[in-house]
Amino acid sequence: MLSVDIAKTFDGFTLDVAFDAPAGITAIFGPSGSGKTSVIRAVAGLLPCERAQVTLSGVELTHLRPCMRKVGYVFQDARLFPHMTVQKNLRYGGSHDEEAVIAVLGLSALLDRSPATLSGGERQRVALGRALMSAPELLLMDEPLSALDAPRKAEVLPYIEALRDQTSIPILYVSHDMGEVARLARNIVVLNKGQVVLSGDMEDVLSDPAAVPFLGVRDAGAVLTGRVVGHADDGLTKIETGAGAVWVPGAVGRAGGTVRVRVPAQDIILSRTQPEGLSALNVLPVTIAALERGGGPGVAVALQAGDSRLLARVTKRSCDGMALQKGDRIFAILKATAIASTDVG
Amino acid sequence: MNELLGPAEWAALWLSLKVAFWATLCSLPIGFGVAYVLARGRFVGRQALNVLVHLPLVMPPVVTGYLLLLGFGRTGPLGELFENLFGLVFAFRWTGAALAAAIMGFPLMVRAIRLSLEAVDSGLEEAASTLGASRFKVLRTVTLPLAWPGILAGAVLGFAKGMGEFGATVTFVSNIPGQTQTLALSIDTLLDVPGGEPLALRLAIVSILIAAVALIISEVLAQRVSKARAR
Repeated sequence: MLSVDIAKTFDGFTLDVAFDAPAGITAIFGPSGSGKTSVIRAVAGLLPCERAQVTLSGVELTHLRPCMRKVGYVFQDARLFPHMTVQKNLRYGGSHDEEAVIAVLGLSALLDRSPATLSGGERQRVALGRALMSAPELLLMDEPLSALDAPRKAEVLPYIEALRDQTSIPILYVSHDMGEVARLARNIVVLNKGQVVLSGDMEDVLSDPAAVPFLGVRDAGAVLTGRVVGHADDGLTKIETGAGAVWVPGAVGRAGGTVRVRVPAQDIILSRTQPEGLSALNVLPVTIAALERGGGPGVAVALQAGDSRLLARVTKRSCDGMALQKGDRIFAILKATAIASTDVG
Repeated sequence: MNELLGPAEWAALWLSLKVAFWATLCSLPIGFGVAYVLARGRFVGRQALNVLVHLPLVMPPVVTGYLLLLGFGRTGPLGELFENLFGLVFAFRWTGAALAAAIMGFPLMVRAIRLSLEAVDSGLEEAASTLGASRFKVLRTVTLPLAWPGILAGAVLGFAKGMGEFGATVTFVSNIPGQTQTLALSIDTLLDVPGGEPLALRLAIVSILIAAVALIISEVLAQRVSKARAR
């Protein structure tokens, strides 16, 4: 368990952030300039602050120098030492679990190379390995994928997922990519202008209609956790979620495996009656749990679907036309292709 | 070989090398410390330190020599201190010539080292510290290896300056053959002697060669720094 309480005044910007992070990945999410990187720099002891209380498993790190904090820090730009080989980079902070780290991250072929000859994805894998081999008690990752193109991202993501599933230390994962965050994190802290605007369990926060203005119209949407039932011949995957069976594009996961599906709020259509003769594959019976009118033309609608929650965003005009009320039993329609396959994992 | 230069001239050449060597060796650690503080430190008085370090570069050398005479002469406060503590006398000795050479070469040395330190990405030092490296280990394993071409370039520049230093030296320790008569002072003396000009020319060529070699070495090293930076 990690507890963080930070305050720092910059020119025309005040950072004032407090949150707790359990074991597993906690995403620090927010737009550029919201203070995400400053938060984890402060946690690492790299950013002098007016207040920077950091407690990890009951141990106060606040007054320790960065080298004494036992944090692994994966920087956005990898920061490999250019005058050392990959192997020397990896061993710089120690040789903890060396063989396992090299195997898990697929680094054995790179050991004698110079960092200058590595691709962006390889660099981030080495940086991650280097942090892990220093036996950290807390891992900080600052947008480790943002400098990578989509194929490289897809190359590194599974390694981070494997890491998440194998380690028991808290991981703070800074990102402004909701797809990445929804796929990796169990908890989320949403920052805006240096303040925490939302925090808590990923599924709770993302299905909260009050979250829409902070996450942005494009990034708002609930996350469903489900079990892969099987892959159909026509290229779709059936996933059994708490909200019912959902078809998603692509061959996703392994049969029987657990995956997460992010359902963007703006891609859900609401209907009073069970639709027929419709091309959309996923029609889920739902109950309206809450309505939240935004400042713009939209209304965020929280939906209870079985034991899961969904979030839809419709226009005020539709909402009024359909006379949507809390407690109404309606249908949520979801195009399979609206779920990006990168958002499933 | 011995016909090329007279015994007095050989002595002057060796003295110059000795003076420049010791001047460089003793000022290098201090120069590195000052350069490190100027490159990485954020403190009140940093600009004042910067000005102080660069003063010998712009002041008339005779002024520097005069100040050295006041401070490190036999009766100067620092001169007495060093004599009492270490038995080290600067006035009218080759050690004084080395001190003058060190002071005059100091700005060049600090400048070169500072530039190479500034070229080292401080993000790499941060990364090393998060991996558990103490400040000293970061310096030893990251900063120094990445900055060493610039440090060596600074040393070479300081050495070359020390080889040719004239004004401060002659003011501080005078021109005593075999004791403080370095290459530059020797050339000056020969020019005052009737018929000394051919020998002076030979010494001039020797000093030009040494200076050119030093500059080439420092240029090559500086290129290494900028290459490492581009990576």
